[in-house]
Amino acid sequence: MERISISQALIKALEFEGVDVMFGHPGGAILPAYDPLYDSNIRHILARHEQGAGHMAEGYAQATGRVGVCMATSGPGATNLITSLANAYMDSIPIVAITGQVPTTAIGNDAFQEAHTWGITMPTTKHNYLVTNAAEIPDVVHEAFHLASTGRPGPVLIDLPKDILNTEVVWHDPTGVVDLPGYKPTTQGHPLQVKTAIELIQQSERPVLYAGGGIIASGAHAELLKFAELANLPVVTTLMARGAFPDTHPLHLGMPGMHGFYSAITAMQKSDLLIAIGARFDDRVTGDPSHFATGAKVIHVDIDPAEIGKIRKADVPIVGDARTVLGQLLARLTKVLGSDDPPARSGWMETVSGWKSAHPISSYEQEPGGLLKPQYVIEELFKTTGGDAIVVAGVGQHQMWAAQLWKYTKPRTWINSGGAGTMGFAVPAAIGAKMGMPDENVWAIDGDGCFQMTMQEMICAATEGIPVKVLIINNHNLGMVRQWQRLFYNERFSASELTDHTPDYVKLAEAMGCAGFRAETADEVAPVLEKANSINDRPVIVEARVDPDEMVFPMVPAGGSNDVVILSKEDLE
Amino acid sequence: MSNHHLITVLVEDKPGVLARVATMFARRGFNIHSLAVGPAEEPNLSRMTIVVEAPDVEQVTKQLQKLINTLKVVELSGTDAIEREVMLIRVNAEVEKRSSVLDAAAVFKAKPVDVGATTITFEVVGDPQKLADFLELMRPYGVVSLVKSGRIALAREPKARNLRAIG
Ligand SMILES: Cc1ncc(C[n+]2csc(CCOP(=O)(O)OP(=O)(O)O)c2C)c(N)n1
Ligand SMILES: [Mg+2]
Repeated sequence: MERISISQALIKALEFEGVDVMFGHPGGAILPAYDPLYDSNIRHILARHEQGAGHMAEGYAQATGRVGVCMATSGPGATNLITSLANAYMDSIPIVAITGQVPTTAIGNDAFQEAHTWGITMPTTKHNYLVTNAAEIPDVVHEAFHLASTGRPGPVLIDLPKDILNTEVVWHDPTGVVDLPGYKPTTQGHPLQVKTAIELIQQSERPVLYAGGGIIASGAHAELLKFAELANLPVVTTLMARGAFPDTHPLHLGMPGMHGFYSAITAMQKSDLLIAIGARFDDRVTGDPSHFATGAKVIHVDIDPAEIGKIRKADVPIVGDARTVLGQLLARLTKVLGSDDPPARSGWMETVSGWKSAHPISSYEQEPGGLLKPQYVIEELFKTTGGDAIVVAGVGQHQMWAAQLWKYTKPRTWINSGGAGTMGFAVPAAIGAKMGMPDENVWAIDGDGCFQMTMQEMICAATEGIPVKVLIINNHNLGMVRQWQRLFYNERFSASELTDHTPDYVKLAEAMGCAGFRAETADEVAPVLEKANSINDRPVIVEARVDPDEMVFPMVPAGGSNDVVILSKEDLE
Repeated sequence: MSNHHLITVLVEDKPGVLARVATMFARRGFNIHSLAVGPAEEPNLSRMTIVVEAPDVEQVTKQLQKLINTLKVVELSGTDAIEREVMLIRVNAEVEKRSSVLDAAAVFKAKPVDVGATTITFEVVGDPQKLADFLELMRPYGVVSLVKSGRIALAREPKARNLRAIG
């Protein structure tokens, strides 16, 4: 029988899993794995920093729903990946990370480029492996993909010592049977709980369906739409769930949370029944949990039993996959319809839609000759693309405006770093998204601060021929920090100002092999964006120089009660 | 002791499983009060007995269950579990006190396992209360050193209730 090296087996195992692209950066310990990659059909994208490789894998996974793959060398290569792993863990993104390690004989000796990757990544991965038995490799890779993509998705890391990579084995196809006696995710909801849930929904006078990222992860958007319509339920979509339910739908109340829509925040706060599906009562949604929706009973559907009851006690806990359970809820509801129809709840429906029309999100004014407003720029991007784009955001004010002002109607068209709030996410994640969805128009909406954290990946995009587009909302400030300093630190703007005209983003774009444009006034915005939209042979960077003093509203200050929503600057006076 | 909870965890016997449990506890802010690990009834399995300090034991058991190598988690606090600890305790026992120390120890079936010029070392096996009581009894003599194993525990068989005296 033909013997192949573990490195060859690794690449073969990745091919076996259907991997078409991976993102990485080579180095000593992982070099054996890079050699067979040279002959493989798997496309390797050379990220300029391993954090970028990780976020690319995440963007790919979030845009496609498939497992993203990244690879790095030992020591600093692996530690550079940590931020992306932590990010994927927080947002339940299925990625598999492969890292080189010093030879097994050197482990523990502080060898060159040794880091205790397995130990360091334990709390930031769903599971991780240090492979010491070469023969296991095809099965370990198969197991890793299984773990990353099933149950609650998440990052899985495989650490491979260099001597193991050089060992020879006889290849065997993974059996397909994963032997994990301690891992049996429950996907089907308990029928009795499903029945009780429907009873509660039918009795409820002020229900709100609280849809989280789990809807998108499980592909439950169609079921969600049907169920909300059939049961007549207003819906809110969290930052991780934008696009899980159409923003244009009359039942949609918008995004809840710290910078959410008044209608969404207040409807949850006043509701008598929260139906949480694939959501985890994050503090950015609940504010002070002891003051959150105090009059509401809770139905909580989640595939991760540990999320149920972690923050908020559930009256009806349902462990299961969002899509499967929504199917069960639909079936149960359909069965009782006729004899037991959902109440019209006309009072509640009028109240919530009243809030929606009384407090629309955009509260800015773009004066013709005045400073360019960031919100205006984002709305212009929406118009010039017809909303037909995948939007990838950084972290800060621009992220919140992009979440608030864009009208999302489809899942996987909004990609951002929700749980971790990782600055620098947008550029590499957009590159990954574009690799996964090459026919889509992929736009990163980034902050100037964020862009400077990972901008070197635009060189990667240019040289690898990945025509992503980046809109930099340049307020020459760490805007969100500035906003907090204005509101809570007596306008003492400590270390939050970035230099006004440095770098020159247009020149920088050109130097990195991208097209570069700038808009400084309102009437320049649309033409520049049109131009950017028409370019498809290169990445494009558009800088919009905007008013540094715009703030994101509504706002519920951190740890505050959701009863008190600051709607605008005027509210503060 | 109100937020102390007794848990047993059946895990795959793989390298690093203990580190996974310990890391998870540290990361979630659960405090390990005592921990004992050893082989379980089947060759590839280990059983851990953990006494943990946490406000919400349900989160502890769920987070343990979430670890990929965990097969089964049982919360034993509040139930009538069989609990055992081993203690080695060295106490002052000058010649004139020696027989008094030995008499007291006999009541607890504490076994003298080492005798020095001025000390005696006892091995005591029992439930945590018994060990605590024995310690109180020895304190007046002067405790020189003490070491305790982590607690081990098993749930009682429901049908064996009438035979409890055996345990
Ligand atoms: C890696 C990292 N460091 C620090 C922060 C804290 N932080 C949150 S938003 C922000 C400012 C972001 O600035 P910019 O990208 O310019 O976005 P803006 O708020 O101005 O739109 C900072 C520093 C973070 N989220 N991530
Ligand atoms: Mg900024």
